Amino acid sequence: MMGLWDLIAVLMIGAGAFFMLVASIGIIRLPDFYTRVHAMGKGDTLGIMLILLGLCVYEGFSLSSAKLLIALFFVGLTNPVATHALVGAALRFGLKPMVKREFRKEDANDTLGS
Amino acid sequence: MIRQSTSPIIVLIGRLVSPFIQVFGLYVIFHGHYGPGGGFQGGAILAASLLLIRLCLDSETAQLQFRQALGTPVGILGSLAFAGIGLMTLLLGGEFLDYAFLPFGGMKPAEIRAMGILLVELGIGVAVMATLVAIFDDLIGLEDHG
Repeated sequence: MMGLWDLIAVLMIGAGAFFMLVASIGIIRLPDFYTRVHAMGKGDTLGIMLILLGLCVYEGFSLSSAKLLIALFFVGLTNPVATHALVGAALRFGLKPMVKREFRKEDANDTLGS
Repeated sequence: MIRQSTSPIIVLIGRLVSPFIQVFGLYVIFHGHYGPGGGFQGGAILAASLLLIRLCLDSETAQLQFRQALGTPVGILGSLAFAGIGLMTLLLGGEFLDYAFLPFGGMKPAEIRAMGILLVELGIGVAVMATLVAIFDDLIGLEDHG
């Protein structure tokens, strides 16, 4: 017998798994370091927060749910900051971001060659 | 030599999060009898909080918290706490780390064992924390600022 709260929890965990799947596909498929970090920083943060919130709803009002809320707060706080630090370090190291013009030229050459 | 991070976000969040990581590390050490955790894991978490400050702030400010010269002595102290408790039980008639022979008067045997395990875990935690910080300091060639 599934109650309303269980349904909400399942929906939240499913949405979180979906966003983490999207972030993983983005890490593999996107062309550049910066775009990959962009996919990871947003998608993973939202996915983990949704999964933790869903587990918190499923658990109900208890000590474990309070610990999950604290973990959710710190993941939401530190994951974007870690992404920010990573991108800042890469930029200071001198990694060039891929610009749109180059990408379109290579893309056109590929399609013309094939 | 580490310069302070140019981004105020990193400095602020590092300083904000580091004490909470330390509290969590102590929780992992003290909760090691009842759940997952223990001295090594808690010490690694404590070292992570110290290294976060070392990475976010410059090296002079970070050494107000834990000096570079303290790494090796504190690691030795932690190891000595572990070995000392083990040898103390050995000298008092038991085997190595046989906590029932510890000289804590007025406590039940189960409490004496719990206290002995806690002291040993604290020694391991301090040793792991100081050793990890010392390894990091040696790798980046940090100088001691008094």
